[in-house]
Amino acid sequence: MDVLKKVPVREQDPKVRATNFDEVCLGYNIEEAKEEASRCINCKNPKCVGGCPVSIDIPGFIKEVKDGNIEEAAKIISQYSALPAVCGRVCPQETQCEQRCIRGIKGEPVSIGKLERFVADWSRENNIKPEQPKETNGKKVAVIGSGPAGLTCAGDLAKLGYDVTIFEALHEPGGVLVYGIPEFRLPKDTVVKTEIDNVKALGVKIETNVVIGKSTTIDELMEEEGFQAVFVGSGAGLPKFMGIPGENANGVFSANEYLTRNNLMKAFDESYDTPIARGKKVAVVGGGNVAMDAARTALRLGAEVYVIYRRSEAELPARVEEVHHAKEEGVIFKLLTNPTEILVDEKGWVKGIKCIEMELGEPDASGRRKPIEKPNSEFEIELDTVIMSLGTRPNPLISSTTSGLDTDKRRCIIASEETGQTSKEGVFAGGDAVTGAATVILAMGAGKAAAKGIHEYLCNK
Amino acid sequence: MYKIVKKETLAPNIYLMDIEAPRVAKSCNPGQFVIVKMDEKGERIPLTICDYDRSMGTVTIVFQALGTSTKRMAEYEVGESYRDFSGPLGCKSELVDESDEELKKKHILFVAGGVGTAPVYPQVKMMKERGIDVDCVIGARNKDLIILEGEMKKVAKNVYVTTDDGSYGMKGNVNDCIKDLVQNQGKSYDLVVAIGPVIMMKFVCILTKELGIKTIVSMNPIMVDGTGMCGACRLTVGNEVKFACVDGPEFDGHLVDFDESMKRQQMYRTEEGRAILKEREGDTHKNGGCGCSDN
Ligand SMILES: Cc1cc2nc3c(=O)[nH]c(=O)nc-3n(C[C@H](O)[C@H](O)[C@H](O)COP(=O)(O)OP(=O)(O)OC[C@H]3O[C@@H](n4cnc5c(N)ncnc54)[C@H](O)[C@@H]3O)c2cc1C
Ligand SMILES: Cc1cc2nc3c(=O)[nH]c(=O)nc-3n(C[C@H](O)[C@H](O)[C@H](O)COP(=O)(O)OP(=O)(O)OC[C@H]3O[C@@H](n4cnc5c(N)ncnc54)[C@H](O)[C@@H]3O)c2cc1C
Ligand code: SF4
Ligand code: SF4
Ligand code: FES
Repeated sequence: MDVLKKVPVREQDPKVRATNFDEVCLGYNIEEAKEEASRCINCKNPKCVGGCPVSIDIPGFIKEVKDGNIEEAAKIISQYSALPAVCGRVCPQETQCEQRCIRGIKGEPVSIGKLERFVADWSRENNIKPEQPKETNGKKVAVIGSGPAGLTCAGDLAKLGYDVTIFEALHEPGGVLVYGIPEFRLPKDTVVKTEIDNVKALGVKIETNVVIGKSTTIDELMEEEGFQAVFVGSGAGLPKFMGIPGENANGVFSANEYLTRNNLMKAFDESYDTPIARGKKVAVVGGGNVAMDAARTALRLGAEVYVIYRRSEAELPARVEEVHHAKEEGVIFKLLTNPTEILVDEKGWVKGIKCIEMELGEPDASGRRKPIEKPNSEFEIELDTVIMSLGTRPNPLISSTTSGLDTDKRRCIIASEETGQTSKEGVFAGGDAVTGAATVILAMGAGKAAAKGIHEYLCNK
Repeated sequence: MYKIVKKETLAPNIYLMDIEAPRVAKSCNPGQFVIVKMDEKGERIPLTICDYDRSMGTVTIVFQALGTSTKRMAEYEVGESYRDFSGPLGCKSELVDESDEELKKKHILFVAGGVGTAPVYPQVKMMKERGIDVDCVIGARNKDLIILEGEMKKVAKNVYVTTDDGSYGMKGNVNDCIKDLVQNQGKSYDLVVAIGPVIMMKFVCILTKELGIKTIVSMNPIMVDGTGMCGACRLTVGNEVKFACVDGPEFDGHLVDFDESMKRQQMYRTEEGRAILKEREGDTHKNGGCGCSDN
């Protein structure tokens, strides 16, 4: 064994997986996990922990894995994270925990994410249940949204004895974990459902089909239904479009629509009613995780897929692993390219896209080199489907219907990072609704912080 | 689960149901809609709220069994339940927040086409409850498809019925009736509220623009979530892109780009749209369709 290298993780062959929705990464088995764990030198001053937004005791749990005490390892992780099977899969480890790992200086860092995933999967397969529900203290807390922020906040509050109800607008709980991130990266029936069941097992109630701001309001929950505190974890689900000609043609989708049809509504499965336009030749505009998910979904539905991104490969905001997987599967990258118009046939359907080549100029406010158009470099690609993946914003439904809840100019709810407290008494917020589109682990961390904030608030009330 | 407590057949293939949904019943207003998902595998289907009983906690929907999903919905009987029923969604009708004094000054004409009569009904009923007299035109292809006429007569001052084939009421479409009212019967209106098939709303708006009468329409594009998350429902209103599920569904009809909206409705929905999809990509649409291409 080469200690400088990670123990390789088994994956489905790219040619095979490009035609199915089964999980790409197969994870470690116990021997592989123990071997990888033995690469961790159990640093006295573990740098990796500083890279994890929720400061998991990484050397602690890895040592238990090395010794084969997986249940013990699971207990350690569960003190910090409510969603280890999810984070182990989708955290951008390469820029967080693993980036700081001391092993990474000379060789490859310890595969912290894959080990975390192994521990979580092992616990699920061996039916290790989290703590039992506590006797409730009778104090009611409402949680809005059932994404990672809401689930974590609800779980932590239930452990403290609160009577917690989650209100979810859609018909399934899970937020982006069910409607956004595809099956092949995050299996729904096994991984996500188990994490949600674990939260329910703590006594948390989940009421689906309740759109706060429409079905009822935060003010009504507090004044009429007796909720003493509210946590808003409503995410950032509003899609952006480019505003270029042809964008309303048939065959132009937001990534959210495309992914929702496929993931939440299971359009890929013939036995479900919801249709999806598969497309023969598809362009995905954008370069983030969402764009990669849309591209790889379209590929699996049988299309030839282009990712069109206006900067270069180095600036792609998506995780390196996702870009790598997308390329292996056959997604074609058109970098330094920006669409200027969607070409439409006489019946109103997409027939192509007009693009212009870009080059990188001086760094802009974000520190990234600003893309500028190359004069006279326009060209066209024939296509039948365009998926816009340009980022999302928070939905104003809650902020506009709650008295005294302040937002910033991007419509993000203003909340304290330490406690989640907003401008309105008794109302806390966290996750994408506060930060704008970010990551699962940050949303989870915010949910944890807010649970503590709510507990302190209600203890002092 | 949301229990069906009443089911009636209003016309061939047009059903009325009362559904137990206390949260929706408590907070809904005329102009808003719900999304129904029958069972685990069903689509999310938007339907306008046609009536509600806050004390009973029930909401009334009226739907036409047209395609796979609505036909499947129609097979449910009293006592059975739909899995999901989410709402109220969209904005309430502007009229809800106008004062009685303001409304009394106005002459309002409601124009209902086909199943569109159902969403018109709660608005007219609200007017009646607030003591405001309004007129209503109900139009359909033939006598069989005229629904809620009796109910409407109880709440509107005058009800005018037209059928395309003349099998009942006046012969002609709703526009012929509006023209007759304004040009021959000396009626004058300050506001028209038109709800029905998009093609009808388009032509009503062309006429009312000529006549100089402000017109509100209720748009029914393809939707998925109904909360502003997917953008499937986008349409162009006065050169701006709007999401019908959160910015609407009611808009100023003189600003709506109906042609674009009709094209967008083809996607998945019409026979023609499905044929285009099929030609483009093989066998995509699993809802086989019913062969009827308009409603
Ligand atoms: C396609 C995609 C891929 C991604 N990939 C990654 C990845 O690989 N790694 C990573 O770390 N992050 C990834 N992210 C980002 C990550 O998923 C989000 O940052 C995270 O889910 C945010 O969690 P949240 O709890 O704040 O909100 P969400 O997960 O968005 O959940 C919000 C929930 O609130 C509900 N809601 C909204 N409004 C209301 C209302 N008015 N009433 C009731 N309920 C409401 C919504 O329906 C939703 O269920 C990805 C995101 C997407 C879209
Ligand atoms: C806000 C809103 C409110 C609505 N309110 C009602 C209502 O109160 N009662 C009602 O019967 N329907 C209403 N609709 C339309 C209803 O949602 C569709 O008829 C339904 O989704 C069709 O599903 P299907 O699978 O049965 O038909 P599909 O197989 O999808 O289509 C069958 C036929 O239905 C027609 N059709 C489909 N969707 C629409 C649409 N959005 N508008 C017009 N024609 C359509 C097509 O011409 C097609 O040939 C509303 C739609 C919206 C967006
Ligand atoms: S939660 Fe994410 S950042 Fe923290 S240790 Fe796990 S994979 Fe690394
Ligand atoms: S930095 Fe790397 S080697 Fe050190 S404790 Fe963390 S994971 Fe182990
Ligand atoms: S239906 Fe999805 S945004 Fe309107």
